[in-house]
Amino acid sequence: MKTPARRRFDTLILGAGGAGLRAALQLARAEARVAVVSKVFPTRSHTVAAQGGVNAALGNVSPDNWHWHMYDTVKGGDYLGDQDAIEYMCRAAPKIVYELEHFGVPFSRLDNGRIYQRPFGGMTRDFGGEQAARTCAAADRTGHAILHTLFQQNIRARTHFFDEYFAIDLLRDDEGAVLGALVLEIESGEPLLIEAKTTLIASGGCGQLFRTTTNAHINTGDGMAMVLRAGLPLQDMEFFQFHPTGIAGKGMLITEGARGEGGYLVNREGERFMERYAPHARDLASRDVVSRAIATEIREGRGCGPQKDHVLLKLDHLGSGVVAQRLPGIRDMCRTFLHIDPAETPIPVAPTAHYVMGGIPTNRFGEVVAPEKTGAEDPVPGLYAAGECACVSVHGANRLGGNSLLDILVFGRAAGKRIIEFLSEHRNHRPLDEAAVERALQRLARWDRRGDGESVATLRDELTRLMEEHASVFRTEAVMRDGVDKLRALRARIADVRLRDTSRVFNTARIEALELENLVDISMATLAGALAREESRGAHSRIDFPQRDDARWMKHSLYWRKDDRLEWKPVRTKPLSVDSFPPKERVY
Amino acid sequence: MPSDQAALNRVRWQCRRGMLELDLLLRGFVEAHWTALDSARRDDLERLLREPDNLLLEWFHRGATPLDPRLRGLVEQILAGDV
Repeated sequence: MKTPARRRFDTLILGAGGAGLRAALQLARAEARVAVVSKVFPTRSHTVAAQGGVNAALGNVSPDNWHWHMYDTVKGGDYLGDQDAIEYMCRAAPKIVYELEHFGVPFSRLDNGRIYQRPFGGMTRDFGGEQAARTCAAADRTGHAILHTLFQQNIRARTHFFDEYFAIDLLRDDEGAVLGALVLEIESGEPLLIEAKTTLIASGGCGQLFRTTTNAHINTGDGMAMVLRAGLPLQDMEFFQFHPTGIAGKGMLITEGARGEGGYLVNREGERFMERYAPHARDLASRDVVSRAIATEIREGRGCGPQKDHVLLKLDHLGSGVVAQRLPGIRDMCRTFLHIDPAETPIPVAPTAHYVMGGIPTNRFGEVVAPEKTGAEDPVPGLYAAGECACVSVHGANRLGGNSLLDILVFGRAAGKRIIEFLSEHRNHRPLDEAAVERALQRLARWDRRGDGESVATLRDELTRLMEEHASVFRTEAVMRDGVDKLRALRARIADVRLRDTSRVFNTARIEALELENLVDISMATLAGALAREESRGAHSRIDFPQRDDARWMKHSLYWRKDDRLEWKPVRTKPLSVDSFPPKERVY
Repeated sequence: MPSDQAALNRVRWQCRRGMLELDLLLRGFVEAHWTALDSARRDDLERLLREPDNLLLEWFHRGATPLDPRLRGLVEQILAGDV
């Protein structure tokens, strides 16, 4: 393979969602030379889908205090979050929101002109008291408003964008320093070497691990898998948030409102099965209970459809007037995607994957940390991560609504600040390790092999079904051991996959193959952590270990790709300036 | 590779959006109908794909309609399609 073209920057940012763009802006304004690489046009990043808002204790609607926000976040994360990072995030939140306002984000307003704040689940006043109105919103398109505003500000600040470039691998030298990445221009199919003194991974989540997910197709965990291939661990990957009722096989949410209006779930025998799992609350039981009940029905062969892989949500008894009046959004979605009217035909639903709490381990400065040399949390020189791909960890075992946009903005900015400090002390590029370049090129060249073999689409379909069956909401030792065995077998088959089209120009099949490799690696991280963690905490719910076990398991998991190794590190329970919140039973 | 295959791949990639709802709708339409579209309709589609996600969401899922009659027709065609 010919030598790729080379470009040099102070900072390379992989991903153009809210975290990447917030960091880029910090850096470009400090006159650093910044390259942002994105596999899609930046304003098509998944941040655009965040509708809810940003939590910040502004106190515009009800009295508020960052310390109360901190308490809610620690408790919401079921005491697995690092309390120093959580304090930092909650204290920084008001400043972050005012900065966004000054950048031009059109927040909704109260009559008195202040920023509107809406009540959101899990947000309280006075450490678990009354509901707090803490979530700042720009109507129902907060993510879109933030993403577009940050993009415009970056254009103004002369950030250099590489749109429709796909990141292949990080380049690390013998001392472990990260010196940039090999990327691929999708249009030409040509590799490009981007040398950088600092690299920030802000590549988003990995909901595409699961067959049924709310995540956009771009969310294939590319940056997380790059970290694994670079010999670094991922943290807490067993914690994945699910919603009980997504449209089966497609993923879009059907809100709890549908069941609130009288809708109910049935299995293939027409039985209202929730009566067996939650005799009182029935279809309105909590999300995890409903999710597990649906998964149990499917596992025990009572699912609907030819593959018995979903259950039905019935609204047809409510009458078309009620459905049209009270659930118009659901009706429109069913008409568009299923060509059914839910007032006449039940909706096929299954638990849908929504958000990964785990990711690339970082400290509160956005530095990637790993037990590499002397300590458990040594910063990896030149490498940073922020956003859903990172695990700071502020969400612990379960993320609260309105904290994800806050996370990407606070830690995108924090990483930007830390990188500026690093750049002021490191004026020169380190020499590039040509062996690392060669390894990355080989990974790319592997997809030029011709001949007969398995298809990417077949393996991708098998993988997402495997993850849905063995790593979603129905987690027992037997189910997950079986899943690990199957996943190892599937991982071995990657070597036999061939592309029919090995052309260069806009070869999206090659990109999808690279994404498949990424998904397989992250799947193992998820399953290995979930199998090892013998307790139920936050979003990780074990049927065979239903209780939280702080004595044994109040610790973070770390997974390495080599030998599928797992280690553990303690939760940082000491905040920066206040007393710790000790673990308590999480009741609402 | 024939140039129309490259054009199809390019359009497929433009269907990668920030929201799942748009991914499914746009990709589904392209896979089912691209080969049958005449060049003017293909131009319309590429124009539609240059619009921001929030606007597409309004058109496809919230009952708003594009002012441009050609885009309006295309949105209606996509919504009527089998995805």
